[in-house]
Formats: sequence, structure tokens, C-alpha cells
Amino acid sequence: MSARSPVERGAGQQRKAASWYEASARERVRLLLDVHSFQELLGPEERQISPHLHIFNLPEQFDDGMIVGKGLLVGRKVFIAAQEGRFMGGAFGEVHGAKLTGMLRAVRDAASIPLFILFDTGGVRLQEANAGELAIAEIMRALMEARIAGARVIGLIGGRAGCYGGGGLIAGCCSALVVSEQGRISVSGPEVIETNLGAEEFDSKDRALVWRTMGGKHRRLIGGADMFVDDTIESFRIAAVKLMRSPRAFDADVLKSEQSRLRQRLDQFGSCADARDIWRMEGVEDPNAVPEMAPDAFIALADKIREPCHDAR
Amino acid sequence: MTLDEILSSLFPGGHDVGQRDRGLIRGSGALQGDGRVQVLGVVDRTPIGVEEALQLSEWVLDIVARGGNEPILVIVDSGSQRMSKRDELLGLNEYLAHLAKALIYADLQGHATVGLLFGHTAAGAFIATALATRTLVALPGAHPEVMDLPSMSRVTKLPIEFLTEKAKSTPVFAPGLENLARTGAVCAKWDDKRSLADQLHMLLKERGEHRDQRDALGKRRNGRPKAADIQERVRELALRA
Repeated sequence: MSARSPVERGAGQQRKAASWYEASARERVRLLLDVHSFQELLGPEERQISPHLHIFNLPEQFDDGMIVGKGLLVGRKVFIAAQEGRFMGGAFGEVHGAKLTGMLRAVRDAASIPLFILFDTGGVRLQEANAGELAIAEIMRALMEARIAGARVIGLIGGRAGCYGGGGLIAGCCSALVVSEQGRISVSGPEVIETNLGAEEFDSKDRALVWRTMGGKHRRLIGGADMFVDDTIESFRIAAVKLMRSPRAFDADVLKSEQSRLRQRLDQFGSCADARDIWRMEGVEDPNAVPEMAPDAFIALADKIREPCHDAR
Repeated sequence: MTLDEILSSLFPGGHDVGQRDRGLIRGSGALQGDGRVQVLGVVDRTPIGVEEALQLSEWVLDIVARGGNEPILVIVDSGSQRMSKRDELLGLNEYLAHLAKALIYADLQGHATVGLLFGHTAAGAFIATALATRTLVALPGAHPEVMDLPSMSRVTKLPIEFLTEKAKSTPVFAPGLENLARTGAVCAKWDDKRSLADQLHMLLKERGEHRDQRDALGKRRNGRPKAADIQERVRELALRA
């Protein structure tokens, strides 16, 4: 046992008690990092508000729902960016997106400092849709430049808004992803599918259907996420530390491995109508029990079914 | 312009670009001067689902594996991402991200990527194809949009009449080429009365550095007044010791 100060012990207890899902973005950042190490950049005191929301008579927020900065994780220097899902559903607008692009360009230029993205987003902020859509494209370009330069970009997903739309595409560009059960990842949201194809295709009010099609357990079981954790900030922190330590540069081999990984998934499960069919084919004995399964039991099951493929993402 | 007219104007020296399956095109054409350009794309407003994305990324990776530095032209008249339970069940976000990653990687490896938008595109399909190229140009009649107004109405809980009215006066949210161009997403509009071969030749000759220029463009065109400055300030502050 290493000697730990009372401050650190206190923080450890807070982390174990705190729900990632319930916490604000600021709370997640504060508790994920080492005590008192977070230094915010372009914080609320700078009042960088959206230049567009007033057109819709919507209230602005001084950080535009995106918190960026630097800090320490078990003593190592890291960059961090967190979306506040309770402001405009964590959606990407001009300022919100630009802060993340700026961080990613710094990651690219520094090359050896990892970035954690704490996703909590419905996707593009539709009131400034064009600026938000392009922000997503710029973020993906900057993210790939950072990874090619040798940096790690790790996504943590378990917030209220999930990780939808363009957020799902950015998540798909990360070096690794950590999800909790609440961490839904998807491009089209349930309401959008229902609006376009009808409730027979997808009933957005059927919560069980939404969770098993887009939720963290399914994403872990098909290989869409690397690690599944329970909903505490402590568990996200342990996963973050673990993934930060497995460096892997991005190159043509990674892309080739991902191509075969995704091809294999399509060949294997392309005719499945429901997540439970996929789980059964993967060797889960009782697929109906998965949604209710406690985190520890689920993690053991998932580790048995599928090794995370860190070199195919 | 129709796809055939576009291809004839782009490649007077000949090409073998053809429809493959499910609204996807692939081939290559002779560039003015010398050399060839690799062509791939999506046509007929085809939505991009897991199959389409995986086929397109496979073609991009083939080009990268062959080496060299032939440019890649991505021609787009697509639907949105395919909105279905099955596509999401299979992890469409990964398939679309993979396609964008392949295009970005190819560009950084020396295969200059150019997007040519001649019809429709929307949402995730737009991000994974046209917006994943380094230089995006559009022909008259192109109609990019982030989301159709009925879906937007459902998500924002705002009445469709209100959104239709707002769309007329608010460029930052309204669909359409002019509005997207103002943000910096579209680099230039090509003239359909002039030779597209000439315009492609000029673009490839003048194309600048690898770095993403769209923030500066959006600032100059006043479609995104804040993005460029905020990106640069955050980058500088983060790198400061």
C-alpha cells in the first residue's frame, strides 16, 4: 500500500459514492482527475457564449456546455474535455465544438499527452446546425491528426444525453472507449428513426429496446467499446488510467484491422433482428438476463465472450 | 448536371467510372496534363448504411495500399445515414467513422482528397463522405443539409411552421449550399458552364497545405464568427506550460 494523504483518501471515497450519470460535467472532471489538479482553459469567466442561440430566444451558458483544460491523472499530465448534457442536450454548436477542436490540435502538437473526452451529447445543436455539423468534421480531422502524431484520445461515455449523432462518429474515431450501462452510442436517435420509418420499425418509447440496441452493454458485447464499467466515477477513473497506459500509434495496419473487424461483424450478425439474437450467437447462454445483470457479473461475461481489440480501432 | 455529364466534363481524356452496387460508384479518370485521379462516391440519393460505408472504406484502403499519390475524388449525391434499427444495432457509428478515418488518413498520406457535391447529402452521411475530404467543392443544384425539417421539428420540439419560417432568415441553421458555404464547409462553387477538368486541374495545382482551413474560411465569410479564434486560443493555452 502506498501512503496516501487524507485529501486523496477523501477524494477516493467521493469517487466511489458519485454516480457518473448524475454528476455534472464539472463534477466528473474534478473527480476523475487528481485532487485540485484541474486547470480550466477559456472558462466561464471569459463568457464565450454561442453567437447564435439568441436568435431562438434560448438562454446561453458562459462555457457553451463544453469544459476543457488540463490536469493530472495519477501524477501524469493529461488533457480533458467534457460535455454538459444538461445544457442544450450537450449538443455541438460553434463555440462548444471549437473548444474541443482547439484541445485536439494541442494534443496533435504535443503528441505525447493523452486527451480524455467525456461525451454527453445528442449530436449537432440544431439551432446552429451548419456550424455544429462542420465542427464535428473539424474535430474528427483534428482527432485523427492527433492519433497519427502518436497521441491517445480516449472517450468516456455514461451521461444522461448518451452519445448520439455526430458524437457517435467522433467516438468511433477515438483510440479507446469506456462505457457504462447508461452510455448509449448511436448515430440516429430513437425519435429520429421513428419519425422517418414509423413506430413499427423502432418504438422510441420502448426503453428496453433502446437500451439493448444502443446501450453500453450491447456496445461492449459487439466490440464497439473497449471497457464496460459500473456507474461510479471511481470506476471510470480506474479504466481511464488503464487505457492511458496502452499506447498504440494510428497507421494503415490499424485501419486494415478495423476494416476486417467491421466486415466480420456484418457477416456474422447482419441478419440478426434484435440484440438478443446477436448475444446468443456470441455465446451468451441467456440473452434475456443480460439487461438486468449486475455490472460485475456482466463484466465477467463480456470478458469471456470478447477480448477488447485495441489494435483495430 | 447529371453524373454522366459531370464525368464527361471532368475526364475528356477518358474514364472507367461506373455504378457498382447499391448506388455506389468507383473507377478512375485521366487528369489534364498527366496522371490519374481515383474516383469513388455515392449517387441517386442513396442512404449510407453499414454496407455502403464498408464498401467505400474498402476502396479507400485499396488506394492507400497501392501507394503513390494519386488524388481521390469523392462524388456525392447521397441520402442521410440509413436510419434503421438494424444499422444502429450493428454499430453504424463505427462504420461511418471508419470511412471518415480512411479518407482523412489517405489525404495525410499524400492522396489529396477532393469532395464534389452535386446533389443531396445530409447528417452523418455528409460527415463521413464530403466533409471528410480536405477540399469540398459543389456544383449548382447541390443541396446539403444537416437534418430534414420534420426530424428537426421532432427533436427540437419546435413546430415545423416555425422552423420553415426561421430557415428563410437564419443561415447558420438553414439547409442549403449557400448556408453551408458561409460556415466554411464548402470551399468553392464550381461553374457548370466551364470545363470541370480545368477547374479540377486548378484546384489540385493551387491546393494549399494539409492543415484544415475551414475555420479561417468560415470567419472570412462571417458564417462562423467565433470558431477560428477560439480554436487557436484553446490550442495556445493548452500548450503553455
